[in-house]
Amino acid sequence: MSYAAVHEDDHHDHDHKPTGIGRWLFSTNHKDIGTMYLVFSLIMFFIGGAMAMVIRAELFQPGLQFVDPQFFNSMTTVHALVMIFGAVMPAGVGLANWMIPMMIGAPDMAMPRMNNMSFWILPFAFTLLLATFFMQGGAPAGGWTMYPPLVLQLGDGFPFLIFAVHFLGISSIMGAINIIATVFNMRAPGMTFMRLPLFVWTWIITAFLLIAAMPVLAGAVTMLLTDKFFGTAFFDAAGGGDPVLFQHVFWFFGHPEVYILVLPSFGIISQIIPTFARKPLFGYASMVYATASIAFLSFFVWAHHMFTVGMPLAGELFFMYATMAIAVPTGVKVFNWTATMWKGSMTFETPMLFAIGVLFMFTLGGFSGLMMGITPVDFQYHDTYFIVAHFHYVLVPGIVFGIISGVYYWMPKWTGHMYDEKLGKLHFWTSTISVNVLFFPMHFIGLAGMPRRIPDYSTQFTDWNMIISIGGFAFGLSQLILVWVVIKCIRGGEKATDQVWEGAHGLEFTLSSPPPFHSFTTPPEVTDATAHS
Amino acid sequence: MAQNTRVTAKKLFIFAACMFGFGYVMVPMYDLLCDVTGLNGKTGEVSQVKAESMHVDMNRLVTVEFDTNVNPALPWKFKASEFKMNVHPGEIAEAVFVVENTSNKPVVGQAVPSLVPALASLYFDKTECFCFTAQLLEPGERKEMIVRYVVGSELPENISTMTLSYTFFKAPDSDDVAVSEKESVKAISSKS
Ligand code: HEM
Ligand SMILES: [Cu+2]
Repeated sequence: MSYAAVHEDDHHDHDHKPTGIGRWLFSTNHKDIGTMYLVFSLIMFFIGGAMAMVIRAELFQPGLQFVDPQFFNSMTTVHALVMIFGAVMPAGVGLANWMIPMMIGAPDMAMPRMNNMSFWILPFAFTLLLATFFMQGGAPAGGWTMYPPLVLQLGDGFPFLIFAVHFLGISSIMGAINIIATVFNMRAPGMTFMRLPLFVWTWIITAFLLIAAMPVLAGAVTMLLTDKFFGTAFFDAAGGGDPVLFQHVFWFFGHPEVYILVLPSFGIISQIIPTFARKPLFGYASMVYATASIAFLSFFVWAHHMFTVGMPLAGELFFMYATMAIAVPTGVKVFNWTATMWKGSMTFETPMLFAIGVLFMFTLGGFSGLMMGITPVDFQYHDTYFIVAHFHYVLVPGIVFGIISGVYYWMPKWTGHMYDEKLGKLHFWTSTISVNVLFFPMHFIGLAGMPRRIPDYSTQFTDWNMIISIGGFAFGLSQLILVWVVIKCIRGGEKATDQVWEGAHGLEFTLSSPPPFHSFTTPPEVTDATAHS
Repeated sequence: MAQNTRVTAKKLFIFAACMFGFGYVMVPMYDLLCDVTGLNGKTGEVSQVKAESMHVDMNRLVTVEFDTNVNPALPWKFKASEFKMNVHPGEIAEAVFVVENTSNKPVVGQAVPSLVPALASLYFDKTECFCFTAQLLEPGERKEMIVRYVVGSELPENISTMTLSYTFFKAPDSDDVAVSEKESVKAISSKS
């Protein structure tokens, strides 16, 4: 059995808990590493958020107010890179680290040392990326999509950008391999695949997406690097290459990447909604198959990001229909979540509020996605604020809210204390109102023709931009409540029970709150009765 | 680490390495796809003999328009002598372009063609073109260049107009380029 083996591997921290800075630097414990991922993600969330505040301050009025256009472009570019690779992805991996071993009845992750490495690569990679602000030529400013030839004009920061992306890729591939190895080899007896909690399922599928997609991104940026420094001409028209090729390679990674971001959030709300509806998840098997089909289809829709580059009609049509097709399994999931709540005895604690927020607002973002998936109308939407509205709806209330709901849901388990429910609800309502004030009007100004990634705009867009900026500042401030809730909950509070929530099921809720240093030292027996809710 | 963990991890690492390779495989795949579908408007090349043997469809006239562009890094002027021509499918036609080096250095440029609608590029072939090789222009030199082309008579009925576009880039590999490349880098970093 693998448990015994893992124990031998780990015996240095087997029976005593290491202390001091060394506990964190050399940690091989899934909970400590999960905590580090989550803290790192929170810091990145605020760094990326600060950049968003600069963007919104500049756009509060037309004209150039605070920053020059080059720096503004750096803000949009680095904001996106920091949020995607620094805030959202590490948060997902952090939750996976904390929860997966507990959910499948394992003592720890399968490869604890690799786990440590994949975390510590992250601060290193972001140091490379953020250091570009202090270099000749400034930070990346050509957009997070790094399209050539523009990105090749970046100054000294260019190789730093590329290597940062390489390291981020390596880190997430290692993390993904670890997760798959853990779930495949360390499940408790009786924990069959179709008894896995949905959070575990969505993470297996996400991990496969990561392993398939991240290396392609690594390849694309390596081609950029050799084009710039070693005389290759992959994307250089003068040398026989084609810049449009980069867009194909990038989006072949890029679209699966958006599902890498969102699937863990889907998994989280699939745990939370049954808990607070006090009903088992509706359509468990269809959830698993829907998630797998979304992941599979996501490799065949990439050119919906490129409808305007000039594709043959057949290509435009293929990618239009393929994009529409993704709405089907997504619809299955939305239906199942709704049906889970149907006739449930629901209560609305903070995690449930955030989960319902995800359900509503992700769907809204999905609808604008469908609109943009219609090729002929996308010519109007493309590169306007309409698409900014779309991806922020799916990313912020769709994914960030999902992560936050997971944090509220499991925080009592992690700390042993209940968080402050009043503050949690306040956090939910301020966030939800401000996020809509922030992103909803972007649909209007986008349809009216305001282009994205521009530091200035025509005066007719002023009113909405002011409202958007106010929503932005309010959303930024609201997130400070989260920090306060977390600190307060770590310090103390009402003692949490093992089950934490009345309707909670699953192995993680059979452990004490907080759980022991090594989760399950003797594997629990899983039966139909104790399996997923 | 347990044996089965090691096996799983090894398989997954190999999978990741293959996907890295796949990124590179997309390059020839893309070129192939472009050849087959005319996706990026790259036009074909035929021999003079073959072009002369084509059937000329005297009952049909199609319009070929010319569009010229110069990449900002290249200090040249570039124009078509005539902006459009009417030709019979199957007939060999010749278009004349004029380039001028406005700098005081010899510069090598490379023209890159593209044709829209992309579908038409499958039927558009050249027997001779200044874009087949790089062009060297001495300081201030002005010269005429030609394209000799033929539009295949199998061109679908619904296509009556096509636009042939050329962009002149600074050639990536030439001696003078080394000098001017540095300048363009300087120009970019001073801008930023
Ligand atoms: C799963 C969550 C999703 C995320 C995180 C996401 C994210 C994004 C991002 C970042 C972009 C813009 C990229 C850029 O040009 O810089 C984008 C564009 C787009 N998304 Fe989504 N998306 C999601 C879901 C969907 C869905 C469900 C659909 C359709 C069914 C969709 C359809 C599109 C289309 C068509 C575009 C291209 C718009 C254009 O460039 O004109 N997306 N999405
Ligand atoms: Cu997409």
